[in-house]
Amino acid sequence: MALAKRIIPCLDVDNGRVVKGVQFVDIRDAGDPVEIAKRYNEAGADEITFLDITASHQQRDTTVHTVERIAAEVFIPLTVGGGIRSNDDIRRMLNAGADKVGINSAAVHNPDFVKAASDRFGAQCIVVAIDAKQVSGEGEPLRWEIFTHGGRNPTGIDAVEWAARMSDYGAGEILLTSMDRDGTKNGFDLALTRAISDAVPVPVIASGGVGNLQHLADGITQGRADAVLAASIFHFGEYTVPEAKAYLREQGIEVRL
Amino acid sequence: MAETVAVIDYGMGNLHSVASALGKVCDQRVTVTSDPAEVAAAERVIFPGVGAIGDCMGEIRRLGFDKLLREQVASGKPVLGICVGMQALLTHSQESGGTDCIDLFPGEVRFFGHELTGSNGEPLKVPHMGWNQVEQTEHPLWAGIDQLSRFYFVHSFYVEDTGAEVMGRCDYGVRFAAALGRDNLFAVQFHPEKSHTAGLQLLHNFVRWNGQR
Repeated sequence: MALAKRIIPCLDVDNGRVVKGVQFVDIRDAGDPVEIAKRYNEAGADEITFLDITASHQQRDTTVHTVERIAAEVFIPLTVGGGIRSNDDIRRMLNAGADKVGINSAAVHNPDFVKAASDRFGAQCIVVAIDAKQVSGEGEPLRWEIFTHGGRNPTGIDAVEWAARMSDYGAGEILLTSMDRDGTKNGFDLALTRAISDAVPVPVIASGGVGNLQHLADGITQGRADAVLAASIFHFGEYTVPEAKAYLREQGIEVRL
Repeated sequence: MAETVAVIDYGMGNLHSVASALGKVCDQRVTVTSDPAEVAAAERVIFPGVGAIGDCMGEIRRLGFDKLLREQVASGKPVLGICVGMQALLTHSQESGGTDCIDLFPGEVRFFGHELTGSNGEPLKVPHMGWNQVEQTEHPLWAGIDQLSRFYFVHSFYVEDTGAEVMGRCDYGVRFAAALGRDNLFAVQFHPEKSHTAGLQLLHNFVRWNGQR
């Protein structure tokens, strides 16, 4: 008996529609997050992460409604991230049926928000999302910093120290994205993943850069991630969730089949 | 008249998932309620819970739900505790600086600890979060669920694996009780409402259960 490593498909949703197009062959509406979440649920995904990239605050009602519709159909854990800035935002998402919320830039701007949120709602539903980028030069000891605004704005905060601080503040989980690898398909930043995973007592989800199934395995075995998140390899039908799980299992990694 | 399943709401966490999962597996009326009369009138009762046990027990006592729950259990109707709702049924928890609980099951709720290691000596993360296998002891609520099926857990405290009332066991650095049962009372540490097919089957079984072994 052992805890399974988790595979988490991630949906980027803008005003109620999935962007970065999902290309399932036989899906009725590839832009409908509910339809896609159901597919992943049926395919054996261990959780679903829903990243809300809706720009305007007014459109958040759409997001809440989408979360409600997903939660009514999908009986695996659902994390909602993007635009979570207050306990009111968290309450709305949890009431809509999210199991966890991802807090990203709001944590950087106000670290005590993570404390307040964890105290109020429990660490089990607070995921702190960290976007990190390597800042050390060649030949220097590896060092990563936190960046905000999709990797454009440096904060000067050391990523490993930040992750440890966030778990002290009550994050129940860390969602770690390498901004250097995101979208490259070159695999996770394994040194970063391992540095963070070794530095925090809470589970770490590796994200950013998955291009093939070996990358998922490496994230777990070398990066010591507890879960791996991927978008495009699943959305574009390059691999299915069951294929990914079968591959991990062949490598001796515990998965839920 | 249709039977009713009451999901007890004491202000701790989102109960919609439990309600919508129940809606998926039965035609019974599902009510999320903090009204003791409504709970007492229901044929079946679900006692969920998330967050810190100190806050939960504070609310449970303030609302008189400890007494209500004892009465429901004593009445013989099927009662299901989920997650912190299971832990609250024990005698005492180490969480929140030590918390006296409802004491429907004897035993202690303990912290996994910061030095937890797996079978190969590897460090284990806390909370125990994700899908783990449950070794089932024969009980009607496991009907149609394969032995060692995985369920979704998320918790940092666990119920000790002691006594004849353990109906499911799980392993995470330590063996702990994933399910407890006695007569018409059953409780699970995992979240059946988030455990896909196996979890929905357990809820399906519960809403059809007569409360007998």
